[in-house]
Order: sequence, then structure tokens, then C-alpha cells
Amino acid sequence: MIELHGVRVHFPLRQGLFEAFRGRPRGAVRAVDGVDLRVGASEVVALVGESGCGKTTTGRALVRLAPITAGRVVLDGEDVTNLGGAALRAYRRRVQIIFQDPYESLNPKQTVHDIVAEPLEVHGLARGAEREERVGRALEDAGLRPAGAYRGRYPHELSGGQRQRVAIAAAMVLEPAFVVADEPVSMLDVSIRTGILKVMLDLRESRGVGYVFITHDLSLAWLIADRIAVMYLGTIVEEGPAAQLVASPAHPYTQALLSVMPSPDPKRRRRRTILAGETPDASRIPPGCRFHPRCPLAFERCRTEEPPFFEVGPGQRAACWLVESGRALPVVGTTAAAGTAAAPPAATAEP
Amino acid sequence: MALLEIRDLVVHFRIRGGVVRAVEGISFDVETGEAVGLVGESGCGKTTTVLAINRLLPPNGRIVSGSIRLDGEELTALRRGAFRRKRWKEMSVIFQGAMNSLNPVLRVGDQVREPILLHEPGVTRREANRRVSELFELVGINPARKKQYPHEFSGGMRQRVMIAMALANRPRLVFGDEPTTALDVMVQAQILELLERLRREFGLAMVLITHDLSVVAETCERAVVMYAGQLVETGPMELLHDRPLHPYTLRLMRSVPDVEGPRDLGAGIPGQPPDLAAPPSGCRFHPRCDHAVAACLAAFPPGRSFGTGHRVACHAVSDEGRLRAPSELPLLSGAAVVLAAEESGAELAMLDHPDDPPGVEGAA
Repeated sequence: MIELHGVRVHFPLRQGLFEAFRGRPRGAVRAVDGVDLRVGASEVVALVGESGCGKTTTGRALVRLAPITAGRVVLDGEDVTNLGGAALRAYRRRVQIIFQDPYESLNPKQTVHDIVAEPLEVHGLARGAEREERVGRALEDAGLRPAGAYRGRYPHELSGGQRQRVAIAAAMVLEPAFVVADEPVSMLDVSIRTGILKVMLDLRESRGVGYVFITHDLSLAWLIADRIAVMYLGTIVEEGPAAQLVASPAHPYTQALLSVMPSPDPKRRRRRTILAGETPDASRIPPGCRFHPRCPLAFERCRTEEPPFFEVGPGQRAACWLVESGRALPVVGTTAAAGTAAAPPAATAEP
Repeated sequence: MALLEIRDLVVHFRIRGGVVRAVEGISFDVETGEAVGLVGESGCGKTTTVLAINRLLPPNGRIVSGSIRLDGEELTALRRGAFRRKRWKEMSVIFQGAMNSLNPVLRVGDQVREPILLHEPGVTRREANRRVSELFELVGINPARKKQYPHEFSGGMRQRVMIAMALANRPRLVFGDEPTTALDVMVQAQILELLERLRREFGLAMVLITHDLSVVAETCERAVVMYAGQLVETGPMELLHDRPLHPYTLRLMRSVPDVEGPRDLGAGIPGQPPDLAAPPSGCRFHPRCDHAVAACLAAFPPGRSFGTGHRVACHAVSDEGRLRAPSELPLLSGAAVVLAAEESGAELAMLDHPDDPPGVEGAA
């Protein structure tokens, strides 16, 4: 199991000499601002949100590519937040990442074989015939069959779908326990997507790989994930079993996102809740509930106090003052509730 | 007479060592005030069609044959000057990726004003400035921001500027080339609602080019489905969703996740779109089609109409307007491979190979 406990990733802002001289505190972009997440073996957890919500940075923090300002990353009970050197390399062997753009993420000067063999080389695993065999198996598992037909090719000779399969093979060749997949199909045509998603889900079945699936597309998350976590401005605002969360969203932001999701059935035109404006700047996070300036249901308390998580259904929880009364009781004593509630409203950095 | 009538449009691109047959004989109409979706995956020719209509093809592209009529007037016969007077005034384009379509060193207000000053010589600067303010209000931007530069605008706001520019000369027909593709869902909803409102208020006809069937379902009455340069099916959106006839439309519809439909991945479409420099013979979808018969290799089927504006080009569709099941058809070996693969738990990936699309073996 891989866990995030109150993880924060803050990027300090550049400050002018004048501001420094006046003694103004240096601001920060709070890209990830207290995220708790848990992914078990063979589990698919989708991180959903709009651009700038921190979903990609959260994924990068999980693989230790983003600098973690506060909080802990724990893999199978072992704290890996501050690993370095060989220990970090060993960690990355177990937790891999697949990037969004298969046109950018593959080295154009390497053959498919070299791209997939490189992780083995870097980690000093499997030599000679064994390496060949593992590369071949990874390619075939990713649906590039027969592997021999692809080994000698260069990325430009492949279609977008095939490139993403190569990226999957390069991540899977190390036989990781967890994979962070950052929008792995959003650059691909719909008819190609299914094949890629199938490959990923097959590996979950056969090898028990757990996924953090990052996407802006709530309907895609609903389709493939066991659980969905909805992010807004650096925090998770609602989390729950995928089908249940989509059927009965509790947080006004999740509700709004669902209401604007276009439906392929023209007979079903829903009442849309269109929020004004765009996601605000992560360097100027509003006090209280960070969603309150755009929330159609905000009331006084939302402007001053940040809501903790409240249980709204089996395994489903939402950070919203509205669900506190009536619907359910707050989740007491979990790290999540403590993590978000303990943070003073307008804190800039250290929790 | 429809506002826009496209008949047998053929567009080719010259490339080194060959010709890319990007659009191969498509025909459709757009009525006054109507919204039509032009859908298909990358490389299907939807953007090329719009560029051809607006004479914006790159130098190596040309209209080989076909007719484009706007209000009955043949556009392909117009001289350059006469055509320029139509563009912007009669029809305009909202381009994909507002990020790169605006000039970064000009104030946005000036960019929106440019088509007004250019195409309406009688209009004074002052009058034009007033109209820019109106346009900004119309698309939901504070007119005080006229003096700002594109980098001061967010993605959604820049797309609004592009829409204001497309509407500057009050055209009757607007083409939107993936106008919301780069935007977040919430901003996409804002923009789609804006387009819808403008359409109602001004009786604007709209052609929406997108790969996203859900966006078309939300905004358009009718859709034209293209595959590899060919028009495979067109009709009212409701019919295309409830009763698609072409196997490609059917597969495409099933590939779109619908939170109120079944929660399974579906089959997708095996293989990948063809290379248009050497397209498959006949119906270009046949190498990926699980309904392909010998006739599909020989010729692209003529479009047949079934009911209200529903037209489909497929040999597997019966004369009564029903897509015959694969079991009723004398399938090609390629199509049989697709079917067998699917039944055996979908090892579709093995067909995902550029050199030997499965149907080609059947053709040989």
C-alpha cells in the first residue's frame, strides 16, 4: 500500500528586492496543500480536477519527483519521504510514472528496445539474454506483439497509441507495484483509448499493480477507477467509491463538475451549474474553504473556517460545511480531518 | 436552399513522393441558424474541410473538385478579392488553440477591431471602438480590458476574444474548430453556453468541428461523421446516438464513456486510422470493420437516406435501413479476425500494427 499523509508541495515565489527590503513575507505557490491518499495493491484510484488543481504535482510527489514541503509518503509502512541515493532508486523501481504526452516523453533517438531496456540498465537489473527477454515480455504485455516487430523501431515510426504502449512497457519492465499514470490517454483518439486502458487494467489483474490515475475527465475516472478523489486548488474536496461518488456527489464542486460534463445522449440535457471564473491562483488561496468564492452555496462559516472531511456515505467523504449537519457525522481522528482542519486559514507555508 | 451546400468536395495535399487524399467526395448542408457537428478522429479531414471552405488551405493543399455554395453562390468560382469580401462578413472561423492564434504584441481590443476596419470601410474608428466594446460585453469580457495584451488573459478568456473576433463583422455562419478542446470542463461549459446564446440571439449558423461526440450531442442538432476523408454517416444527433447505422459511428458512440450507461470499457476500435497517402481501397474503414464484405474493398458505397436527413454510406446496411449483424454477412477474412479476436477476450492490440492492417490480407 502506498500512502500520502498531509503532503504539501509549495514552490516559493520569486521576490523582488523591494519587497524583500520591506520585509514582506515571501509568497509561495501552494500546488499541493495537505493531501491524504491511500492506494492499495490492485487498486485504481483516480485523481480528478481541473488544470492547476495540483493533481499532477500530487502524482509527482508520489514518485518523489516534486519536492515535498511537508507531510509523508509511505510505502508498505516504510517512510520514503526523505530517501536519497540508492534507496530512492530502489523506491522508484517499485513506483513508476507514465506521462501524458507520448510524443514528448520518448527519446526520438532511441529505438523502442533501448527505451524499454534503459530502466533495467539504470537499475542494474537483468543482463544479456535475460534483459532481452524482459524487454520482450514488457512489450508484449503492453500489446506490442510480436515484440520483435517493434524492437528496432524509432518513436517517429509509431502512432500515438503505440508510443503510449512503449511508455507503458518502459514503466512496467521494472515490475513496479504502483504506477502513477498522468493523463495517459488524453492525447489519444477515443477509439485508441480503450486498447491502452485495457492493457493497464490487465496488468492490474495479472500482477496486482495499483494505479493512481490522473485525469481531468470525470467520466473516464468513473469508467476505470475503484475510487475517485476530486481535487480543488491543492486539496482533495471529496473522495469515495467511483460509481457511488458519481451517482451521489456531496461536495458542491463535485456536483458542479458532474453537471457540466457533456453527455453523449442528446436527449439528456441536464441543468448545468456553471461556475463563474476559472480556478484561482494557487499563490493566493482564499481563506476558509478555498472553494467558497466560486461556490453557489457558500455561507458565512465557509469564508473563515476550513471544513474538515465529513463522512457522507460508505467510504465516501466530503470537505464541506453543508454536509456536516443532517447528513452525517464528521470523521473523527483520521489523519485527513486533522491535517486539513489544523491548518490555520491563511497559513502560507509550514503546517 | 440551404445556407451552405457542400457537394462532392475533394481536397488533396501534395507531399514529397505522393498525394494525401485528405477529403474524398463529401456532401452536406447547413441550414440558416442550424448547428452542425463535424466529428471524427484526428486525420479524418474535418479541419481540412473547414480550411477548404474558407480558402485557408496551406500552399500544398487544393480543392480538386466539388462545389461549395453559400446562399446559392458558388464560392470555388470566386476570384480572390471577391472571396475575401465574404470571409469574416459572411462566414468566419474560431480557431483551435486560442493560445497561439492571437498576436502577442497587439492589444486584444485592436485585434478584434481589425476585421471591422478592414471589411467595413464606411465605419469610423470611433464607431469600430464602440462595436469592440459591445462585442466584449457580448462574450463576457469587461470592455475595460480592451487595452490589455493576450498574455494577461487566461485560456478561457482568450477563447472569448477569438469568438468576439469571429463575430466582429456579424457573419451568418461561424465555424468553430475545436473551440473548447484545450479548456477545462468548467470553462468549456462557459464557452459552449456562450456560443449557444449567440446562436439563439443572432440566428447564427454554426459548424462545430470536434472529436468529442458528447460536446456535439450537447450543442448540435445534426452531425456529420467522417472517417479518413470520407463521410460515413450524417443525421439528427438523436438518431446517431440511439440508432447509429454505420459500424464506425456505432463503435465511436460506444467508446465514449457515459456515466448513465453501462460501466464497461467496451471494445474500442481495433487497428488505427490509415495513412491517407496510401488509403485502403473502397470504404477506408474496411480494414478495421467487423462488418466488412467484399464490396467494401471494391467501392465506397453510395450514401443512402433513411428517414429525416439520416444518410449512411455502408454496404452492410440493408435496404430497410438496418445494420446487418456480422453473422448475416459473407465476411472478409480480415473482419473475421477482428470478430474472433473480440470473442476471445479482445487481444485487439495485436492488430495495432501499421504495416499489415488485417483487412489487407483479405484484399490480396
